[in-house]
Amino acid sequence: MNIFLRKPKGFYDVYLRSPASDKTNTHYCPGCGHGIIHKLIAQAIEDFDIKDRTIMISPVGCSVFVYYYFDTGNVQVAHGRAPAVATGLKRANPDSIVISYQGDGDLAAIGGNNIMQAANRGENITVFFVNNAIYGMTGGQMAPTTMIGQKTMTSPYGRNIYNEGYPLKVVELLATFEATTYLERVSIMDAASINKARNAVRKAIQCQIDNKGFSLVEILSTCPSNWKMSPVEAKKWIKTDMITYFTPHVTKDKINERESHKVEKIRLNSEETKSKLDLPEKRDLVKIDMSSVKEKYKNPRIKIAGFGGQGVLILGNMLAIAGMEEGFNVTWLPSYGPEMRGGTANCHVRIDEKPIGAPSVAKADVLIAMNKPSLEKFEKEEYLESGALLIYNTTLIDIEPSRKDVDIIAIPATKMADDMGDLKVANMIIIGAYMEKTKLINEEALERALQTGVKRKNLMDLNKKAIKAGMDFVKNLK
Amino acid sequence: MPKIEIDANHCKGCGLCIDACPKKVIVFSEDINKLGYHPATPKNEGCIGCGICFYTCPEPESITVYKEDKSA
Ligand SMILES: Cc1ncc(C[n+]2csc(CCOP(=O)(O)OP(=O)(O)O)c2C)c(N)n1
Ligand code: SF4
Ligand code: SF4
Ligand code: SF4
Ligand SMILES: [Mg+2]
Repeated sequence: MNIFLRKPKGFYDVYLRSPASDKTNTHYCPGCGHGIIHKLIAQAIEDFDIKDRTIMISPVGCSVFVYYYFDTGNVQVAHGRAPAVATGLKRANPDSIVISYQGDGDLAAIGGNNIMQAANRGENITVFFVNNAIYGMTGGQMAPTTMIGQKTMTSPYGRNIYNEGYPLKVVELLATFEATTYLERVSIMDAASINKARNAVRKAIQCQIDNKGFSLVEILSTCPSNWKMSPVEAKKWIKTDMITYFTPHVTKDKINERESHKVEKIRLNSEETKSKLDLPEKRDLVKIDMSSVKEKYKNPRIKIAGFGGQGVLILGNMLAIAGMEEGFNVTWLPSYGPEMRGGTANCHVRIDEKPIGAPSVAKADVLIAMNKPSLEKFEKEEYLESGALLIYNTTLIDIEPSRKDVDIIAIPATKMADDMGDLKVANMIIIGAYMEKTKLINEEALERALQTGVKRKNLMDLNKKAIKAGMDFVKNLK
Repeated sequence: MPKIEIDANHCKGCGLCIDACPKKVIVFSEDINKLGYHPATPKNEGCIGCGICFYTCPEPESITVYKEDKSA
């Protein structure tokens, strides 16, 4: 006598991840359909010999603990997001077999858009959609798939088409998407149906193995506990009340028509991608250390303001990126608004040794004022600390700052830029002045920031020249 | 003759196998198992080894089906 059928090897022998003292039984209620479906999947994984390259995705719902049971790779994801995670897993590991196991609340309610987008993209993943017409885990609320007239905790008078609409037909819906390959609805209502479900499970996994694209099997299942029926009654209820509306059928089968197409693995570190994205060379992160910087210039809260078009946002952005290049924590908060069009623009920059909680700068200790209204507004006491550094553009500001308790650099940045042949580099001149004054950021870091931030490479030399001019200006003040 | 075994402590007494067995050769035991259920128990006399009980049962390791290996 030989063993003909036994616990499939797709399961762990012992469920070590379960916190329960009994690590060989499942957490499911007696007679729950999830167990029947798990067995079919575990058996297919064993028979196809794909245990080592399968990744099961546990949803939120009663099957949240799928990862206790399957001896495969496992990821447990946020409610309804399995198709998005599956997409990432599959694209990063094209040789893996990615199985998304989802309930009807998970897939059809909160994750409705997720499954549609993945199906519409034709992701080469396999989805097992367990439709038990209810939210099982949370105690029996109505699902999008709850039957007409079915009483649940949140449809105590029975689902009413005028109030809650009709049960959502997922496979029929997904069949309308051009990219889907194989869709079938099966049930576990009797032995013949379970056999069909078994075949569908295998076909859907095979579809993925053959790189034929998106497959989904909807399995009409039971929730005896929340249906308030015995397991045997529950199975009969699928037959009497579910299949009349949710007809089991092969909704779509394009497996033979589809070409085998394996997704190309995206190698984010390849030289090719680096050059495509114009990424700078990889470096070690610099240790966060401002010890060489003068106390009053450490951890600045910077406000930069001027006309839209003066490169105020870029100025802030370059400072932040350069700070990041130095290994500091940085934030850059641009202020967008209608005033940007020709009006004033401003941004807040923080560069800090410690993690930054809030990126906004209410009261600055560095103010860069590129035009007159900015100086007038932001030098006010409520906006500028005593002892702060104030850099202002004398070309466009014909008044003197009223504050006497701050360090001041008065620099004709726009004039200097004009002399260099491009008004747009006034912001770079200011950066140079700030760097020379504070020594917070060195030239090398700034140059790397320019490489990331300056789109027009032919302006690189001019930018560097402008920075140098700003630095020299401050040097000569001494 | 084919037969099945039911591991009493991995059975939740749901009765699905008993209902599904075409030969009606599975019954509830009088005993109460570790999980607090009356487990299903095979009578085996008349079992045809069809495997229906195995696929009907939601528990991974309660039912094992034995059959003569025809290829051997
Ligand atoms: C973001 C979020 N919203 C809501 C919940 C609560 N919640 C847990 S399970 C569940 C429904 C699960 O129903 P279904 O997907 O049908 O799984 P079943 O338990 O029926 O197998 C809900 C709404 C949650 N965990 N997370
Ligand atoms: S609540 Fe329903 S779906 Fe959840 S384990 Fe129990 S029977 Fe299964
Ligand atoms: S193998 Fe078939 S006949 Fe034998 S106990 Fe199971 S269901 Fe009944
Ligand atoms: S189907 Fe499985 S769990 Fe249910 S009574 Fe039979 S052996 Fe026990
Ligand atoms: Mg459900």
